[in-house]
Amino acid sequence: MNAPTYNFAYLDEQTKRMIRRAILKAIAIPGYQVPFASREMPMPYGWGTGGVQVTAAILGPVDKLKVIDQGSDDTTNAISIRKFFEKTAGVAVTTNTNDATVIQTRHRIPEATLQAHQVLVYQVPIPEPLRFLEPRETETRRMHALGEYGLIHVKLYEDIARFGHIATAYAYPVKVNARYVMDPSPTPKFDNPKMNNSAALQLFGAGREKRIYAIPPYTSVVSLDFEDHPFEPYKHKACCALCNAEDSYLDEIVTDNKGSRMFVCSDTDYCETRQSQGHRGSENAAPYAESANA
Amino acid sequence: MYVAVKGGERAIENAHRLLAHERRGDRAVPEVSLAQISNQLGLAVDRVMTEGSLYDRELAALAIKQARGDMIEAIFLLRAFRATLPRFGSSEPVDTSQMQVRRRVSSTFKDMPGGQVLGPTFDYTHRLLDPELTGESSPEQPVMTDAEPGLMPRVTDILGRDGLIEASPAEDPEKPVGDLTRDALSFPADRDLRLQNLARGDEGYLLALGYSTQRGYGRSHPFAGEIRLGEVDVEFVAEDVGFAVPLGSITLTECQMVNQFKGSDTEAPCFTRGYGLAFGQSERKVMSMALVDRALRARELGEDIKAPAQDEEFVMSHSDNVQATGFVEHLKLPHYVDFQSELGLLRKLRKEFADANETAVALQEAAE
Repeated sequence: MNAPTYNFAYLDEQTKRMIRRAILKAIAIPGYQVPFASREMPMPYGWGTGGVQVTAAILGPVDKLKVIDQGSDDTTNAISIRKFFEKTAGVAVTTNTNDATVIQTRHRIPEATLQAHQVLVYQVPIPEPLRFLEPRETETRRMHALGEYGLIHVKLYEDIARFGHIATAYAYPVKVNARYVMDPSPTPKFDNPKMNNSAALQLFGAGREKRIYAIPPYTSVVSLDFEDHPFEPYKHKACCALCNAEDSYLDEIVTDNKGSRMFVCSDTDYCETRQSQGHRGSENAAPYAESANA
Repeated sequence: MYVAVKGGERAIENAHRLLAHERRGDRAVPEVSLAQISNQLGLAVDRVMTEGSLYDRELAALAIKQARGDMIEAIFLLRAFRATLPRFGSSEPVDTSQMQVRRRVSSTFKDMPGGQVLGPTFDYTHRLLDPELTGESSPEQPVMTDAEPGLMPRVTDILGRDGLIEASPAEDPEKPVGDLTRDALSFPADRDLRLQNLARGDEGYLLALGYSTQRGYGRSHPFAGEIRLGEVDVEFVAEDVGFAVPLGSITLTECQMVNQFKGSDTEAPCFTRGYGLAFGQSERKVMSMALVDRALRARELGEDIKAPAQDEEFVMSHSDNVQATGFVEHLKLPHYVDFQSELGLLRKLRKEFADANETAVALQEAAE
């Protein structure tokens, strides 16, 4: 039987070159979805294979990798992907946003502002922002080519006509570099402003749909809206019960059978960093155990 | 005090340990061997090799064992392994007219050169559970005859001599055969890529689509021109040697479906082809594949595209069970961040609805 042996970061160099070419093209045409010959990865399609392939193609031995899912380093799929690269690439891993050079994410952008030496890799399920308006790839590619985005504006207008405001809470479409309408992946629209003019390179990988796209550093990313109905970033009516942050995206946690709720930061690194700096929320009055005098 | 959920890492390790335990089952029962799977569950191995796109009985048997008999999981295991293998070239096209035939049936001619050969088939068995198989069984030795030296021409070749069926497209050395595992698929897709997609496609999906064409959703008046099973040689042109060298032989099932065609102003009416090919013995798969292949030729043959089975973007985008199962099952992953934004939005909409109703009631009361 053929005993399998694997290359650094799993993918063979030929495949990495193919992916890097797609990435370079994506950077050259911000927001444009570049088709690439996505490989079968040893984890299921829909579980981050696009992000994993992008990360595998850009990772070097000196990189420091952080993997988050729903903002947390400790969710099962984030752990699974981090372990995959620890095993196949032997790279250093971290949960600290500032320390990481490559951050692979699903559904969130970290709260801490990203720096120029960092790359944010998004896992993307459906890369096509027009897909739920037009199921055919042949049609949507034509619409992008012609910059024909009337349909998506009509959809947003219909939201306003029905509900009084735009009823899209996540995967809120954006226009990149004043040209391509792009799906930011299913991040909450709370995160949209962070994509604009970011110092970090943002790469998007969709494995099952075989597409890679990118936002180069310092590129304009505008959430679609209307002059009389401007984009409203989502604002929580609560602050974090652990670190008292008022500016972070919060998860709602059901705490007992009566339906009591509390809100905590979805970005666990952000929350822990704040707690270690002495910030205390309503549920966290006791001194922080490990670093009371830090 | 609330503590954020931790410990995913240990949970994963323990889950995998439990899975290995469940896979083994009752340890008083002997463990199943790869040879047993390969020999006695041979059709399962055939399916995993076909949809896994890798001809290796031993690895397919291992995948089935590792997947606890879950076929799609086994196909996935084989595909993930296949993706890491280096490519050193493509074989020469296999010639199924030279097949060492073990089974060959045609529904279009009562008899033809080489005759009908039933071979190992479930056809005409009565589907009664066989109590003899509950324990150890010792079936009778099969009846054997010497292989007849004469070749078995393909039924479509017989029809082709009189021009009654369209010619198979000739090989074009200028245009190498596409490979959707190496290049991203784009539409419209040519028949080489369509056939590759269908060969890797889920058997159940193709069965349902093929069936739908028989029930009127893209009907093509099919006849099973020929189904054949047997061994063919695979040859490879090694550049150092300069000629084709045999790599070995593989078992294939091939289906040539013969379908109606009205003809046009410029072309005399003739039968059209639908084609199916799979590793091992996979008759249901190749017949379904041939029906769907023919349905997908609607564009090329100038037919109206009305039915799901004729819509290549629809058919090809959803045929891959490894992709499909991954995306369906990814709904198991946490989605609480996007759910939270939906929750926030829904609460807002409900509040606005309630406020609007209150105002309406108040206005009505004021009017009264």
